[in-house]
Amino acid sequence: MYEFKYHRPTTVRQAAGLLARQEEAKLLAGGHTLIPTMKLRLAGPKHIIDMSKIEGLSGIEAGARSVTIGAMTKHNEVATSPVVQEAIPALASLASQIGDPAVRHMGTIGGSIANNDPNADYPAACLGLGAIIITNKRRIAADEFFKGLFETALEPDEIITKVQFPKVNKAAYVKFPNPASRYALVGVFVSKRGSEIRVAVTGAGANGVFRVKSFEEALKKRFGPKSLEGMTIPADGMGGDIHGSAEYRAHLVGVLARRAVAAAVA
Amino acid sequence: MSAVAMTVNGKAVTGDVDPRTLLVQFLREHLRLTGTHVGCDTSQCGACVVHVNGKAVKSCTVFAWQLEGADVLTIEGLAEPNGPLHPMQEAFREHHGLQCGYCTPGMILSAIDIVNRKGNELDEHTIRHELEGNICRCTGYHNIVKAIAAGARTMGGGSAGQQAAE
Repeated sequence: MYEFKYHRPTTVRQAAGLLARQEEAKLLAGGHTLIPTMKLRLAGPKHIIDMSKIEGLSGIEAGARSVTIGAMTKHNEVATSPVVQEAIPALASLASQIGDPAVRHMGTIGGSIANNDPNADYPAACLGLGAIIITNKRRIAADEFFKGLFETALEPDEIITKVQFPKVNKAAYVKFPNPASRYALVGVFVSKRGSEIRVAVTGAGANGVFRVKSFEEALKKRFGPKSLEGMTIPADGMGGDIHGSAEYRAHLVGVLARRAVAAAVA
Repeated sequence: MSAVAMTVNGKAVTGDVDPRTLLVQFLREHLRLTGTHVGCDTSQCGACVVHVNGKAVKSCTVFAWQLEGADVLTIEGLAEPNGPLHPMQEAFREHHGLQCGYCTPGMILSAIDIVNRKGNELDEHTIRHELEGNICRCTGYHNIVKAIAAGARTMGGGSAGQQAAE
């Protein structure tokens, strides 16, 4: 990997200052995207800003209407949290399916969301629940946050501090994992909160996570898997690679959406 | 250069190494603890798994300088030299849970982590699911799964099934 200098700030303000001042700086959270990328020389930041010594960025809190998770909270903590399991079980289930046990001991929700890998799981939860991403500068609705492949609305010196997920009536996440990497070949997160229906898809889109308006409309009439019977999305706009063609991914979206709704109403 | 300070297998260690030094490199090249292996370079295979503060971690995907103040356990730390094997190691020996042995230290440390998280009565389905981050090219996993089920029981003080360890 290329050489770098590392910094271990103890406050978010220090970290943001370093991000703003240093050229080619990257935040280090769990490191399980950044470090593999650096090992392959696909990334070569000159400065690494380690977030692990900043207090107050980890933790899970439930309020009356939402659950708030600190950006540095590890996937394993979310997956096994009795608070999340009780309030939004689909979110705990999603976290339990990221990577593998050792990866889940290090990977963080903030890192995953800021990175916006098109095959990551958390973006589907954020879009699928209508989460609010809270940074050191503002609150950003999930619908406005995910801009494209590895691209988010975050400004260069902006740092995610927490993510707030609204509690919903029904939700589920169904994932078809790549057998080797366990990334989502396709993953669908569905939720119903009163009359608000969300169907969010990760893994399939050529441009990252997206909502399926046609499915949401169909489910508004009746929130059940039969409402999606025979419905498909066009392959146009889906990603194709050695793991699956655009047509295959488009097909899986329909299959997994039906399974997710079935799981949500079960 | 980066200052490195951690506890490894109960002993305090320090070092001054290139900031790019991964924990697996620090363990193998600086501490000469070569039981932890480098398998894939893509954080998938689990040959590099060690315990950091009691949890399984892929040591190829963390810098040594991140481990300041941490407690690291490697395969070498499971048993005293010339002492009896850790029950999980003994189970792998008894049930022939390895062939070339390259994935084995990672398998054993992952197995102990599974027991820590899921208890001593592990069914086959659970073990196979929890081993998603560990790849073996030799065995087809059958004996690894058997070894882990047996080792888990012995760790809990039960008998290993057909053969009681110790």
